Amino acid sequence: MNFTIAATVKEALSALASGARPVAGGSDLVVSARHGKAPLPDQLIAIDRLRELQQIVVNADGSVRIGAGVTHAELEIHPLIGSTFSALADGSALVGSPATRHVGTLGGNVMNASPAMDTGAPLVVLGATAELQSIDGSGALATRLVPIGELWIGPGRTSAQPNELCVAIHLPARAGRSGSAYLRLEYRRAMEIAVVGAAASVSLAADGSLLAVSVALTAVGPKVFALGNMESLRGRPVDDALLREVASLAEEQATPISDLRAGASYRRHTVGVMARRAVGAAAERANGTTIAIPVNRAQGIGAAR
Amino acid sequence: MSTSINLRVNGTTYPVTIDEGRNLVSVIRTEVGLTGTKEGCDDCECGACMVLLDGRPVNSCSYLAVQAQDRDITTIEGVMTGNELHPLQRNLLEEGGVQCGFCTPGMIMSATALLSSNASPTDEEIRIGLSGNLCRCTGYAKILAAVERSAAELRG
Repeated sequence: MNFTIAATVKEALSALASGARPVAGGSDLVVSARHGKAPLPDQLIAIDRLRELQQIVVNADGSVRIGAGVTHAELEIHPLIGSTFSALADGSALVGSPATRHVGTLGGNVMNASPAMDTGAPLVVLGATAELQSIDGSGALATRLVPIGELWIGPGRTSAQPNELCVAIHLPARAGRSGSAYLRLEYRRAMEIAVVGAAASVSLAADGSLLAVSVALTAVGPKVFALGNMESLRGRPVDDALLREVASLAEEQATPISDLRAGASYRRHTVGVMARRAVGAAAERANGTTIAIPVNRAQGIGAAR
Repeated sequence: MSTSINLRVNGTTYPVTIDEGRNLVSVIRTEVGLTGTKEGCDDCECGACMVLLDGRPVNSCSYLAVQAQDRDITTIEGVMTGNELHPLQRNLLEEGGVQCGFCTPGMIMSATALLSSNASPTDEEIRIGLSGNLCRCTGYAKILAAVERSAAELRG
């Protein structure tokens, strides 16, 4: 294996163009290599010292550009992410342990493309776009923006080309009176992988009815995906009847597998529960209720004390 | 391929020549020669291998040693002041938070990172701070008590 530390993004892109693979914290790459799942690539380019990838920039219109090298630990405590893009903070705060969150990055989580990733469903409901950069043989820089739902094409697979580097995630500005939340079912509170999970984003009209609602599901299909057939929910109040419908939609559209973590029927049922609770928590936040990050704790999910 | 790098461990620089695929814990234990850091699960699950990298906790089993070059690595050997135990070490002994001792170095490194960023952690914050460290002997209560006591001592 040949290892180089990139000093600039351009240097990293050149290395990718000549066949190297990127490493940030290495929490996916090194663990799977040590497990024998995938050997370390022949050439590695370290991107964890690139300050240009570590910025969170808030634009005048309220949209945000989060560098791919921003860590989960930073997202978990970032005041604006927590207050305005809460689902992403909820998800980041649940990743691994403090050590995992210090080395793990948003870009790494996104490009690893696990259907159980905790930042995936939040990014879908927040309408995220991935910014991919590459340079060609002549050294020309190309930038491509990919809606997050089109980036993942299957477990561990993305539509990015091998020479493309995810440099940032863009989140559009939030509507007034909006809220979001991400919940996962977990058997323990740390070093856990979502059994199932759901994120929701809502915006409310003055009378409390739904102007917009989106839900995305985690670990119940080959990739994180947005729930469809939501049109009938708009214009209605967030009440028990509506939340029951959300749960039914999630159960219907989930395509879970059975594995050592859970059976398919259990996953199908519990993803409905998570979806219903996520919409409820998102609506509470839209109404100005403060629910601490991560919302999993307020809901008492995870091992009992 | 092997490479020659400098690793700065507990303030001392160690030149080492290693294969680029080596994980940090194996290099600390066999090349640097500091064996206080333990390898438990080799899977980023148990936290026995916890070290600090620029003051922040990292599972050294799942971190490439070459990525640690020119950073400050702190191991359990670096927490004492002269011959004096760190308050976390002393309080773990006094509270009975140590049985087999295998998890203890990792626990102390996670707790050190927690207390340096949060001098007055709540019970919940201590639990989160240690959530990447498994102990199969003590049942955790005595470890939590030792961290709480150390936090109070360090605040003075």
